[in-house]
Amino acid sequence: MNWLWSNLDLIGELTLVHLALSVPAIILSFVISVPIGWLAHRYRWSRGVLLSLCGLLYAIPSLALLVALPVFTGQRATSPVNLVVALTLYGIAVIVRTAADAFDAVEPDLRQSATAMGYSAVGRFWGVELPLAGPVLLSGLRVVIVSTVSLATIGAVIGVQSLGSLFTDGLQRGIEIEIISGIVATIVLAIGLDWLAVLLGRLVMPWSRPDASARRNSMATVERVDAA
Amino acid sequence: MNLLLEGVGWILDPANWTGVGSIPTRIGQHLLISLTVLVIASMIALPTGVFVGHTGRGRELAITVSGGLRALPTLGLLTLFALWLGIGLQAPVIALVILALPPLLAGAYAGLESVDRRTVDAARAMGMREGQIVGKVELPLSLPIVVGGIRSATLQIIATATLAAYVADFGLGRFIFQGLKTRDYPEMLGGSILVILLALVVDGLFAIIQRLAVPAGVRATRSELRSRPARPRTAVGQPIHEGNQQ
Repeated sequence: MNWLWSNLDLIGELTLVHLALSVPAIILSFVISVPIGWLAHRYRWSRGVLLSLCGLLYAIPSLALLVALPVFTGQRATSPVNLVVALTLYGIAVIVRTAADAFDAVEPDLRQSATAMGYSAVGRFWGVELPLAGPVLLSGLRVVIVSTVSLATIGAVIGVQSLGSLFTDGLQRGIEIEIISGIVATIVLAIGLDWLAVLLGRLVMPWSRPDASARRNSMATVERVDAA
Repeated sequence: MNLLLEGVGWILDPANWTGVGSIPTRIGQHLLISLTVLVIASMIALPTGVFVGHTGRGRELAITVSGGLRALPTLGLLTLFALWLGIGLQAPVIALVILALPPLLAGAYAGLESVDRRTVDAARAMGMREGQIVGKVELPLSLPIVVGGIRSATLQIIATATLAAYVADFGLGRFIFQGLKTRDYPEMLGGSILVILLALVVDGLFAIIQRLAVPAGVRATRSELRSRPARPRTAVGQPIHEGNQQ
């Protein structure tokens, strides 16, 4: 336990580094995936191709992707940018499918009503389709948050600093508590970001009721938001 | 692209195809550990998942366990077990088994849950025993989804087995870590290419198996195979002779 008390600074610092790696990847993958998911939903012919590509991407082992990416990006394998690109690609592979399903789930009748009311294609996307697809998109985002935070630790084996460095360092120096702290910190970070996403979802989409699990996870928060 | 050529050159170099730690040996090791882990994990997770899916008992627990395990960082688990059990094969095997459980469990219970309750009730009304219902009705109908779970578990295992080379002298991941130590990027890249090819080939094989797993007379559509509905929903599809009704 001594190690833990004297190294809280290190854990805090690595947590920030970890955030700096995973948050850009999460946001980028979300922003890139929504239009791709919409394309897959809108044009049937592109659906098979896009979703198969995402499936293939997801099948690629993360460490191998991390090492092979520099061939395409020109970055060094050990650079943080390389890790962010890899994490973004995995995120895209996960959200595109969910995004396509989310847009599919919007009632055709609603879409036609919007058109009948005079929405342009662009206006309909922003005013009708995106908000209605929102809750499902959020569920996809939450999956990506958890997997990205966990996956970012892998960079440590080739020398990209993150909370994963606690694993490699702990193994080399034989400090059990260091590895356990790393695991706990990673999980806490994932849960924290997930919770933040749920909260953000409530703020942006006040009309959507939280599902049972979200309510259980963040009971206190949800009530506070309701009261506000 | 020069880098890519160097990586491919490393793979094609005859010197890397013979001796201790040659490419064929490493591929063999990688496949061996993956298969071992898959068998052990399946023996634990599939019966549990089938039980949960059939009876509906422990459903919340199964969802929590399979969801919670997903947040667990792979590398943390690997290094922790390596520290406890020492450098060798035990640590990665145990860590890999734990990581393979969630997709297997989820595939099995989601698969059985997806079978239309009316179909199950009909089987029961016809006088089938519970064991027969599972074996002759639920499992065949849910097979594509169960195989889907095995597919993602296998990919997870192959990926993590690469990482496991960090704590054991085993599998294709060795090339990545050897190359890292000696600053030999072509070797790292060559190893990575082999891992990627292995994963894609296995994924392709599973895609074929998944199609074959659809029982005759039942045509599950693509979207039904892929999506995991939150609530039980029919995966029965339409009889094959009715054609493709979208």
